[in-house]
Amino acid sequence: MLTEKTMEKLRILAESAKYDVSCSSSGTVRSGRQGMVGNTVGGVGICHSFADDGRCISLLKVMLTNFCMYDCAYCINRRSNDIKRATLSVTELEEITMEFYRRNYIEGLFLSSGVVRNPDYTMERLTAIVRDLRTLHRFNGYIHLKSIPGASRELLNEAGRYADRMSVNIEIPREESLKLLAPEKDHQSVFQPMRLIQQGVLENKEERKHFRYAPRFVPAGQSTQMIVGATKETDRDILTMSSMLYGQPSMRRVYYSGYVSVNTYDSRLPILKQPPLVRENRLYQADWLLRFYHFKVEEIVDEEHANLDLGLDPKLAWALRHPEAFPVDINTAEYEQLLRVPGLGTKSAWLIVNSRRFNRLTSYDLKKMGVVMKKAKYFITCNELTSQFSQPIVGINELRPERLRPLLVSKSEQRRAAEELQLKLDFKEGCD
Amino acid sequence: MTVYTFDGTMDGLLTAVFYAFAFKEQPEKLLNEEDALPLFCDRVYKVPTEEEKARRVWVGLEKRLTKEAMRLISVSWLSELRELSQPLFQYICKVFRQGDISRNYADPDVLAVTNIARRVLHEQLRMKQFIRFQKAKDGTYLTVIAPDHNVLPLIISHFKDRFRDQPWLIYDAKRHYGFYYGGESVVRVTFENEADVPFNLEDGKLNDDVLSADDHLLQDLWRTYFKAICIRERMNPRKQLNDMPRRYWKYMTEKQNG
Ligand code: SF4
Repeated sequence: MLTEKTMEKLRILAESAKYDVSCSSSGTVRSGRQGMVGNTVGGVGICHSFADDGRCISLLKVMLTNFCMYDCAYCINRRSNDIKRATLSVTELEEITMEFYRRNYIEGLFLSSGVVRNPDYTMERLTAIVRDLRTLHRFNGYIHLKSIPGASRELLNEAGRYADRMSVNIEIPREESLKLLAPEKDHQSVFQPMRLIQQGVLENKEERKHFRYAPRFVPAGQSTQMIVGATKETDRDILTMSSMLYGQPSMRRVYYSGYVSVNTYDSRLPILKQPPLVRENRLYQADWLLRFYHFKVEEIVDEEHANLDLGLDPKLAWALRHPEAFPVDINTAEYEQLLRVPGLGTKSAWLIVNSRRFNRLTSYDLKKMGVVMKKAKYFITCNELTSQFSQPIVGINELRPERLRPLLVSKSEQRRAAEELQLKLDFKEGCD
Repeated sequence: MTVYTFDGTMDGLLTAVFYAFAFKEQPEKLLNEEDALPLFCDRVYKVPTEEEKARRVWVGLEKRLTKEAMRLISVSWLSELRELSQPLFQYICKVFRQGDISRNYADPDVLAVTNIARRVLHEQLRMKQFIRFQKAKDGTYLTVIAPDHNVLPLIISHFKDRFRDQPWLIYDAKRHYGFYYGGESVVRVTFENEADVPFNLEDGKLNDDVLSADDHLLQDLWRTYFKAICIRERMNPRKQLNDMPRRYWKYMTEKQNG
């Protein structure tokens, strides 16, 4: 039975869960089934609402309990924090999920938990909930389950039969930093469950080749999260880790979470007045380049440029470092080359590739199609080549990158970047 | 200038295409019958809507265009935008002359029709996102919507697939019709006397005497969750408005007072 007391628990446990930024309900298409409620849609999933912080609300993101025996410095729920604690009963949690789902509030459940007693005990209770949802409540919607580091292989294997996605958060990309902040954890405790999930996915794939109706194992693969700005890792450290993770076939998404100073008293952590949102955004843009734009990590960050330029999106930054790759001819360039042009996204590139089969495209055509030319115009050539009748083309190679750069960075972007750099000064000594 | 006028229906528009070819001419304008005529017209032809001719044009189109392009045309029609008829008419005429140009986005008519269709598709997604059901005592889940475009036909299959074990009613207050699903099939419904319906068309709220017992609590739970999940250090009302425009808020539980 849901009561007013449930409300307070839900409030506490949502507050405790909200720093995990993964929210999406993506990666699996499953239509409705007889006698069940729910389906999952393809593509990016469905956002059902947007909170006042602008973030998508897709799944009911909640913890079963925020009691935790560990003491990870960056986490609001750490043992040594004096916060309100609560535990939802298994039936309460199941009921809220079902009732929310039936009202079209959510796409499904994103369930995590603090560690109580021991990893297996905690994982067992999480597994019981997802099992109930599928078998008792006949729930066919999306389930994302956070796996508890250190839980046994058997439990992971069972949970994976009910969950669409499972995740284990790395949180801190370099092991020495992780150990410093989360003494009970090391990389092994993260990579081990990741490997188990991966194995499950691969074995399941094999199995389904022979038995088409074998139940699926985490069909939406796994995801993970890294906290940004809590430790001294460079963007190169972070993106190198991401790229390595994307090398595993079951890894679908790496999330970046700008560190919110939740535990200001802990001197191992910086005090940030604001979470580093610009940096977080640049990392997502870089991640995008890795996944959809055929970029390699070394092209985005290298020894010399170990951190992303906060004032420029990473594709533009790359282009300014590589004037020799331009101009790109809109009418003949490969799709992949078009994707490298600043300002051209996958949609624009697709429009161009389709339309140019009918007639040669001019910059006028591009504008009409809705291609934003503000940046792109310095990096492309179209049908109208220089002649005495038209304006000579002024591109990156005529202007030189250093003169082009100021034309492409907006004042507000510059200001935000500068503000955020300022914040970095608050890093306390002794953080190394 | 040659001007055709039509009755504003899809059949009317397709019939206009038929006559343009029968008369071997390309009218500069296709107008709605109520629209004001331009100052200088050499010839005005009032298109008589004929189902059979419209059907023949549609079948002809189907032979020339891909399924996807046909779907986009149907979708664009649901926009209910007046400014659609002119480019759509020209686009269809061009298909009969030039073949499948549906992917030539440098053509202004193809582009206009595609963009309108995209707007409609965008809004049907928004309905899938933002519809909020309330549960009535008899177990029916109800919601009221008032979308800019007539997107209801596009979302029915989604809700039927998803909520196949619960009866529901989605009602478009702007267009005065809805779809009801009772467990088997979906039927179109209208109310003879809209004033008598047991819900408020302005905010979509079910009357208290028909609302199920725990629905208020569930709505409060959802509002509580909605507030709790926000990270105050990251406030970004602009992004919220961008992704969830204010005109949809009036029917959304989390944006209503309990
Ligand atoms: S184990 Fe998880 S919940 Fe517990 S303190 Fe660490 S991060 Fe927080």
